Amino acid sequence: MKEMLTEGLIYLNINGEVRKTLVRPADTLLFALRERLGLTGAKPGCENGDCGACTVLVDGWPVKSCLMLAVEACDHEITTIEGLNNTPIQREFVEKFAFQCGYCTPGFIMNCQGLINIHPDASDEVINEWLQSNICRCTSYEEITAAVKSALNTVNNDPVS
Amino acid sequence: MIPFDFEYYRPSSTSEAVQIFMELDAAGKNPRYYGGGTELISMARMNSLSFGAVIDIKAIPECNVLEIDNGHLMLGTTLTLTRLHESNLFPLLAQAGSRVADHTIQSKITLGGNLCGSIIYKEALLPLLLTDTEALIAGPSGMKTRQVNAIFNQSVQLEPAEFIVQLHMAEKYLALPYIHVKKTKQDKINYPLVTICALKNGQEIRVAFSGVSDFPFRCSNMEAALNERSRPIDSRVARALEVMPVRVLNNLEGSADFRRFILTNLLTSVVGSLEADAI
Repeated sequence: MKEMLTEGLIYLNINGEVRKTLVRPADTLLFALRERLGLTGAKPGCENGDCGACTVLVDGWPVKSCLMLAVEACDHEITTIEGLNNTPIQREFVEKFAFQCGYCTPGFIMNCQGLINIHPDASDEVINEWLQSNICRCTSYEEITAAVKSALNTVNNDPVS
Repeated sequence: MIPFDFEYYRPSSTSEAVQIFMELDAAGKNPRYYGGGTELISMARMNSLSFGAVIDIKAIPECNVLEIDNGHLMLGTTLTLTRLHESNLFPLLAQAGSRVADHTIQSKITLGGNLCGSIIYKEALLPLLLTDTEALIAGPSGMKTRQVNAIFNQSVQLEPAEFIVQLHMAEKYLALPYIHVKKTKQDKINYPLVTICALKNGQEIRVAFSGVSDFPFRCSNMEAALNERSRPIDSRVARALEVMPVRVLNNLEGSADFRRFILTNLLTSVVGSLEADAI
């Protein structure tokens, strides 16, 4: 049985790199990423699982890092927005003007990246279903949907992009 | 940030989980079994729930089973709602789970968490109530099985150290005609005003409800009324609502009168569609 009784060191596999960090068992993954590891791309919004600004990928699936304990993430592969580099979805967010203030953007991009990885042939219905997990108070929803569709198109036509 | 400390345990077997629960409980640490943790984390953050230890059961192999064996679907209770949806082995359950919270959170919420958490709606329970599902339970006296409709009867009737490991339902139910419908006050992602799951087993229609009262339910008297085919559907629905054994919820999501109005219309539509074999 694994156990963690008080604050201690854990190892997290983040963006392909094993990082050592000090956390309490009660610390969320979002807290560990931002306050312990300096990865501030995942944003604190509601911290209640509603807004999606803190979304990261865990084993390829989007997860709201405010609703996951850091210790729970050991033995899993975590990808944050810092782990993406000029991907199709990032380029399409720029091309389609899919943000205004930008606060929700990392969370949206990670959710979209998960969708592209898992459902590269996603229908409009599936896209809408996934995008409902994130909130943009600048209401860039039309542009974000356009960016996802364009990125899916790019990935399907040129898988190495 | 969660404003208090707790201990974290990740056992690898059911017996280890029960043993540590009892030890922590005896030590006054108020332990909680931990599946997806979405509810525990959000309630802890707001200080509306406190505990001294969590026992994360996701590393227990039996809790992750997803297979059909010997004519039964076996579902581990740490399967996420997303996993159930993507596998689609039980389409009614997949659909019910896909309307709980939002898509991202569904990949964290577990089946067991939806059933045993404190949120009253427990929408993943409805398909289980309709399919004579049995629960495999781990507890201080070892493993035992109980009918789901006995465990989830007006409240969750488990002993403190017990937890549900798996759910088993006969394969024959998985492909039956069904309807799932959820009505909310406004947004698609919200708690239900009324959620109905219905199955057609031969000529018999089975119906279970969430959002109508403070606990999900299935009622044999209501089903008897709904299945009385010699009478017109609206008369059967009216009779079913007369014998409904619960007090209808009256809260911010909707008044009791509005819920009854929704329920009447939905039941009429559900029964009509299933009888017309339109599914």
